[in-house]
Parts: sequence; C-alpha cells; structure tokens
Amino acid sequence: MIEFFQTIEFAPFVLSFKLAATTTFILFIISLPLAWYLSQTRSKVKPVLEAITALPIVLPPSVLGFYILWALSYNSPVGAFFEDVFGIKLVFNFTGLVIASCFYSLPFMVQPLQSGFEALNKNMLEASYISGKGKVETVFKVALPNIKPALMTAIIVTFAHTVGEFGVVLMVGGSIPGETKVASVAIYEFVEIMDYSSAHIYSGIMVAMSFIVLLSVYIFNAKQIRKVGGIA
Amino acid sequence: MIRIDISKKLHGATGVMNLSINLEIQENSFVALSGESGSGKTTLLRILAGLEEADGTIEVGGEIWQDAKSKLSTQKRGIGFVFQDYALFPNMSVEENLLFVKNDKELCSKLLEMSELSELRGRVPNSLSGGQKQRVSLCRAMMNRPKLLLMDEPLSALDPSMRSKLQAEILALHKEFGTTTIMVSHDPSEIYRLSQRVIKLHHGKVVEDGKPKDVLLKTSGSKKFSFEGELLEIVKVDVIYIAIISIGQQLVEVVISSSEAKSLEIGSSVSVSTKAFAPILS
Repeated sequence: MIEFFQTIEFAPFVLSFKLAATTTFILFIISLPLAWYLSQTRSKVKPVLEAITALPIVLPPSVLGFYILWALSYNSPVGAFFEDVFGIKLVFNFTGLVIASCFYSLPFMVQPLQSGFEALNKNMLEASYISGKGKVETVFKVALPNIKPALMTAIIVTFAHTVGEFGVVLMVGGSIPGETKVASVAIYEFVEIMDYSSAHIYSGIMVAMSFIVLLSVYIFNAKQIRKVGGIA
Repeated sequence: MIRIDISKKLHGATGVMNLSINLEIQENSFVALSGESGSGKTTLLRILAGLEEADGTIEVGGEIWQDAKSKLSTQKRGIGFVFQDYALFPNMSVEENLLFVKNDKELCSKLLEMSELSELRGRVPNSLSGGQKQRVSLCRAMMNRPKLLLMDEPLSALDPSMRSKLQAEILALHKEFGTTTIMVSHDPSEIYRLSQRVIKLHHGKVVEDGKPKDVLLKTSGSKKFSFEGELLEIVKVDVIYIAIISIGQQLVEVVISSSEAKSLEIGSSVSVSTKAFAPILS
C-alpha cells in the first residue's frame, strides 16, 4: 500500500493547490472593492460591470483561454510590454497560469461577496457612517464580519474552482511538469496515453478532496446561520 | 439654534412631490415630526443626517452642515440616529456596539446602567428582545454625545407597555444630556408625553407647527372626546343595537340606533365622540 502511494507523483496536486491559493488570495484583494462597489452603487454602469464579471461563467474555457493567451503573448502590447520592460514572459509558465485563473475564477469570488453585501441591512451600514466611521472601517468591522457564510463560500468556491479548471490552464500553460502541469491536465494526459489506473487514482483523489471541501463549507454555513441568523 | 431650509424633489407612490422645509429649532428642545406616510418625514431626517442629497442650507449651532457650496459628510456631523429596525451590529456584543461609536467606557457604563442593560452587556443583539434592542440602539446613538439626535419611529415596532417604558427612558436621557432631538412619531400620546413642539408634514410641506396641546387636542374647544376606531361588529340585543369598536388597543361597546346600524358598514373606520363634562379619570 505504502509502495503504491510512493509511485504516485504528487507534484501536479501541489501545483494545483499552489495555483488555487495564489489565485484566491489575489482575487480576494481585487474582488472586495469591486463587490462592495457593485453592491452599493446605483450607477447605470452596474449591469455592464456585472455582465463583464459574469462572462467567464458562460464563455467556453477555450475562448477565454485563447484571448488570454493572445493578450499575454508577445503578439499583444501587454505581453510585449512585460517582456521588453521587465523581461517577464507571461505564457507557458506559472505567472501566466495565475493571471488566467484570476480571470477565470473572478465571478466565483465577486458574486457571493456582492450578494452578501447586498443582503446586509442598509440602516446598519448607515449607523456605522453616522457613528463617524468611514467606508473602509465599515467594510472591515461591520460588513465583512456579518457576511461570514458568503465570505466563506466565496473563498472556498474560488479555490475549488481554480483547482478544477482545465481548459484555460491547458491553453495558457500547456503541460510543463512542475511549472504548469496541474492535476487536471495530468489526468487528461493519463487518459490520452491510456494509463487508466493512474487516471483513476488522480480522479479519485480529486473527487474526494472536492467533496470534503464543499461539505465543510456547507457545514460551516449551516452553523453560522444558526448562530447569528446570518446572511448566506 | 438649528436652521433648516431645504428642498428636494421626491418620487413617491403618489407621483412627484416637492419636499420643501423651512424650520428653526431651539437647541436642547424635543421636537416631534408627524404626518401620514409618504409626507417626507423620514427623508427630512435622512437629509439632516447627510444620508440623502437636497438643495438648500442646514446650520446647526453656528456650524454649516450644508449650503450651496459645501456639504459636511455624515461622519463629521456628530449626530445620533435611532432606526425603527434598531440596525445594531450583530457581530458585536451590546457593549461593543456602544464602544464602536466611541471608546468611552465611562459613558458606556453610565448609559447601560440608565437603561438597565448592564447585565446584558456581553450579549449579542440577536439574543435580545425588541425592547432591549431598541434600548441598546438608543444608548449607541448617545455615545458620541450628539449635537442632534434623530429618531425615526423608534418605538412603533414595540408593544404598548414596552413603548411606555421606553418613552420614560427617552425622556430621562433627554433630561440628562439635553440633546436636541427630532423624533418621527404617529402616536399622539407619545408625542404629547415627550415633545415640546410638534411639526406636522403633509405632501412635503409643514402644515401645522406648535405645542402638542394645541396641535393634538383638536377638539378642545367643543369639549368633546373624539376617537378614531374600526367598527368590528354590530350586535342586536332586544331592541337596541350595540356596535363593537376597536380604538387603539382597546375594544369598546357603543349603543347605536337602528338607522345608524343600517348605515354603518362592518370594517369601516368610524369616529366615536361624546361630550366630556364629567369624565372619570382613574
């Protein structure tokens, strides 16, 4: 049994989790102000921003992957700028994967946060302003602590979704062992070379991990809602 | 002195309405704001709090809160606001709700003691009753020693006995701190008990402004009691008819004639009035 596990190459899983953790962290920082703005604004640009944010959900990963690949490559001004000025290549490496994942998983971070913020009692936020507190303090001390289930959902689902991505990663990163070969890509390759037993093991591990993650989110949220009558 | 001269176009249920208010309010006074729903009471309060935009000027104790050129932010106005739905912070305990406004432990203890909340200081809002929540909300509003205390129907979600208890508390706090207070209320007894002046709004304009006694006791000249109630049932007993009417929180029986019994409709709103030469007070 131990020998059997020693034969499994864990690098793709490690890479998947490293990618997911980095993406989740970056997306949280980006999405917090965006979700707050969307939840509070009455501006006419709101539906436009919401539609753009939701695009990665409906677009085929190949479309998203193609555009990101093009935008990050030397053929586009962005890719050329980074390579000429900083000497950084953005495609077929880990950096490129992180950028692509941030686009791909954006809605999964923004949407739960936004609906959490929208469900908050407006009077409560105003009570904070009346108490002399600014927007930043209100977000961190009043808004976020009262949307813990939504916050948890946003972070975990973004993480899990990034672990589970395949199409975009394959297009932007390829399959370089230890650099861009994440678990989902590894499984694809096992199937391609007809190594079904390895594919089974990798897939089984993915299913088990995903289930545990989702189960813990739902258990946590159920407890939170019972405790504070909070907003999911 | 508080000087308010503002106007704002409101888009309400009854179409476009122009809220146009020009008022002067004495410092340390207690003013009740009344009027039917949609008359602009809440909006006026929100404009004073800086939560809503309006044209015009607001000056409080020599400080300009807004004029044509500038607008002081809500955060800098130093007001207290009590919402009808309490609007407490669920993630903080009673004490933390108060200290969040200002880290003044002495004032916090004093307020909690005055409102008999000292023993509940560690509890979270969701474990409190409605009356307790509103007392916390009232204490929280006093924490920054506001120049102006605004209350938007603070007691209307509470039952009558709790309402009366809280009225006494509001009065005690007002006496202790002398805070200039504007309270929206529909309850005549509450207005009479608490305020020195009542301002009635209708369609965004001030229609009545005076002492509660003069504004509320409309029938003082004719020596009549007059109550608005809902006709619940008409019962025929032998040759007379008895109408059962709900007035406020009370049900009363009134003898009516057969012609009245025919003309009145169950469920309609009726006015019960009588001469009051020698009423019994107990």
